Amino acid sequence: MSIKNYIKIKNLSKSFGDVEVLKNINLEVEEGEFFSLLGPSGCGKTTLLRILAGFEYPSEGEVFFDDTNVTSLPPNLRPSNMVFQNYAIFPHINVQRNIEFGLRKENLSKDEMQQRVENALKMVQLEGYENRYSNQLSGGQRQRIALARALVKQPKVLLLDEPLGALDKKLREEMQIELRNLQKSLGITFIFVTHDQEEAMTMSDRIAVMDEGNILQVSPPKEIYHNPKNKFVSQFIGNINILGAKIKSVSNENLLIEVDCFGSIQLKNYQQIIENDRINIAIRPEEITISKISDSNYDYNFQGNVKNISFYGESTYFYVQLNNSDKILMVSKNETKEPFSENDNCFVNFSSNNLKIIKD
Amino acid sequence: MNSTIQNIYFRSDQAKAYTLLSPALILVIFAMAAPMIVMIFTSFNTQISMIEIDRTFTTGRYEDFFSKPIFSMLLFRSVKISFFVTLLTLVTTYPLAYYIAFYVKKNKMLWIVLMTLPFWTSYLLRVFSWRVILGNKGVINSALMGTGMIDEPLGFLLYNQAAVIITLSHAWAAFAILPLYVSLDKIDKSLLEASYDLGNTKFETFWRVTFPLSLPGVIGAILIIFIPTVGDYVTPQLVGGTDGRMLSNMIQSLFGRANNFPLGAASAVLMLTTVCLIAALVTYITKKVSMRMS
Repeated sequence: MSIKNYIKIKNLSKSFGDVEVLKNINLEVEEGEFFSLLGPSGCGKTTLLRILAGFEYPSEGEVFFDDTNVTSLPPNLRPSNMVFQNYAIFPHINVQRNIEFGLRKENLSKDEMQQRVENALKMVQLEGYENRYSNQLSGGQRQRIALARALVKQPKVLLLDEPLGALDKKLREEMQIELRNLQKSLGITFIFVTHDQEEAMTMSDRIAVMDEGNILQVSPPKEIYHNPKNKFVSQFIGNINILGAKIKSVSNENLLIEVDCFGSIQLKNYQQIIENDRINIAIRPEEITISKISDSNYDYNFQGNVKNISFYGESTYFYVQLNNSDKILMVSKNETKEPFSENDNCFVNFSSNNLKIIKD
Repeated sequence: MNSTIQNIYFRSDQAKAYTLLSPALILVIFAMAAPMIVMIFTSFNTQISMIEIDRTFTTGRYEDFFSKPIFSMLLFRSVKISFFVTLLTLVTTYPLAYYIAFYVKKNKMLWIVLMTLPFWTSYLLRVFSWRVILGNKGVINSALMGTGMIDEPLGFLLYNQAAVIITLSHAWAAFAILPLYVSLDKIDKSLLEASYDLGNTKFETFWRVTFPLSLPGVIGAILIIFIPTVGDYVTPQLVGGTDGRMLSNMIQSLFGRANNFPLGAASAVLMLTTVCLIAALVTYITKKVSMRMS
C-alpha cells in the first residue's frame, strides 16, 4: 500500500492588508505523518495552520484534504481538529462536558458518548477528572484535556499550535514523547507548529522550516541537520559556525578556498554548483575537537584561546578565539578529559570533509 | 508599645482592608443603613395627624397595604413594567455590546463613549424628549398626519405603560451596555474558534459559548436596570398617565400630599423586599439555565 498525500497545499498566499504573511506555499503532507512547521515568530507558521483549520481563508491558492478542495469550507465542516496554544478549555463547563462538546452533533447514544469520553480521558491518562473545571487543572492537565477534546472527534488531521509552549521544560519533554507515541498508535496526521527546533527535531517525521512567509526546506530532521539548504536553516536548526570564504581555484571535483579565519583549505569531492566566488562555509560545533596539543587525526589544526565555557551537563561548549583572527569558534565536547579553563591556549582540529558550503 | 501596635497593624491584612474600606463604609452606614433603619422603624408606626406620628409598635400599616388592593396592584405593575424595561433594554443593547466587543477593531473606547453620549444630558430632559416624540403633536404623529396616513393623532403612543417602558429602557440603556460590553470583550476569542472547530456553527457557538460566558454581564445589566426602574417615579409621572402609575408614585404621594409616612415606609419596605427576592431568583435561575444550555 502506497502512502498517499493527505494534505495538499497549492500556490497558497495570504495577505493581511499590505502585509504578505505567506508567499506562494506549496506543500504536501502524507497520511499518518507527524509534520512540523518550524520557524521564528512572525514567519507565518500559525497563519498556515489557521488556514488548514479554516479560521483564515487564503488570499490565493487552494487547500485539499484527501483530494477534496476544502479551501472555502468553514472549520465546523472540516475533518480536522485543533489543539490551541492556550488550550481554550471552556471555563463554564466541566471536563466531561468539554470533551462531549464536539460530540453533540454525532447523534450518539448516551452510553456511546460516555464510552468515547472515558476512552479519551484514558488516552491522556486523566481518568477521574470528569467533574473538574478548567481553573482546577494544571497547565499540563489542561493541555491533555485539549488533546482529548480534539481526539474524541476522531479527526483525520490534528492541528497543534505550539501546544507545549506554556509547559515547563521537564513536562514538555515528557509530553513530546507522549504525543509522539499517541500519534504513532492512532496513525492520524499531526501538523505541529513550533518555534522550538529541538521539539520539532525530536518529534517529527518531516519538518518544514519557514521564514518570512516562505518555506525554506522540507526534510526529515536528520536531513535538515546535516544538509541545511541555506544559512537561515543551518542557523535555526542546532548550533553552527558560519565562516566567510572566497574561492581560489576549481579543478575537477577539488576546490581550493580561502577561509577568512583559516586561510587556504582544500575541499575534495565537491559537487555543488558555485554561482558566486564569495561563499559561506559551515561546520557544526561537534565536528570540531578541542585539545591541548595539535591532534594529527584531523587535516586541519589551528591555535586559539578559550574565551568562554558553557557547561550543559551532557556536553560543554567552548568559545574559542582563533589566533590572528576576531572570529570566535563554537566547539562542543561530550566529555572533559582535558579540562580547559577560560583564557587557556588550545588547538581546534577538524577535517575538511566536515566543512559544508551553504547558500545565503 | 507603639511599635507593637504598628507591628500588629502591618501584619494584619484584615486591618489594612478595613482601613481602605473605611471611607465607603462610613458613607454606607450613615447614608444608607441609618435611613433604612429609620424607615423600617417608621413602617411599624401610625400617623395620627398632619405632624404627629404615634411611635407604638404596630403591624397595622402592613395590614393596610395588603387589605387595599390598589397597593398590591401597583406593586405588581411596578414589577411588570420593570420586567419589560429590563427585557427591552437587554434585547436592544446586547447586539450593540456584541458588535463593539467582536467586530470593532480600533477605537473601542470611542464607540463606548459615543453610545453613552445621549446620557450626558439630564435624565429629565431625556424623559421630556420622549414626550416630544410620542405626544399628540409630537414627531411621530406630525409625520404620520403630514403624510396623510392618519387624520387624527394616535392617542395610544403616550400616557400608558408602553410609553413608560420605552422611555425607561432608553434612559437606562447606557448602564446596560457597559457591563455587557465588559463581559463580552473579556471572552477569549480562541474559545469561539474551539467551538467552530468542534463542529458548531456560529449560531450554536453563540448559545453554547458566548452567551453563557457573558452571563455575569447579563446578570449585572439585569440588576442594574431592574432595581432602580422598579422605584422610578419621574418617568411614570411624566409619560405614564393614570395607566402608567407605579407604586413609587404612590409612595411619593404618601410622603407628600397624602401625608402618611408609616404607610409610605411600609410600602417602600415591601417593595425593597420584593426587589431583593426577585434579584436573588434571577441570579439563581440564570446560572442554572446557562449550565443546561451548554
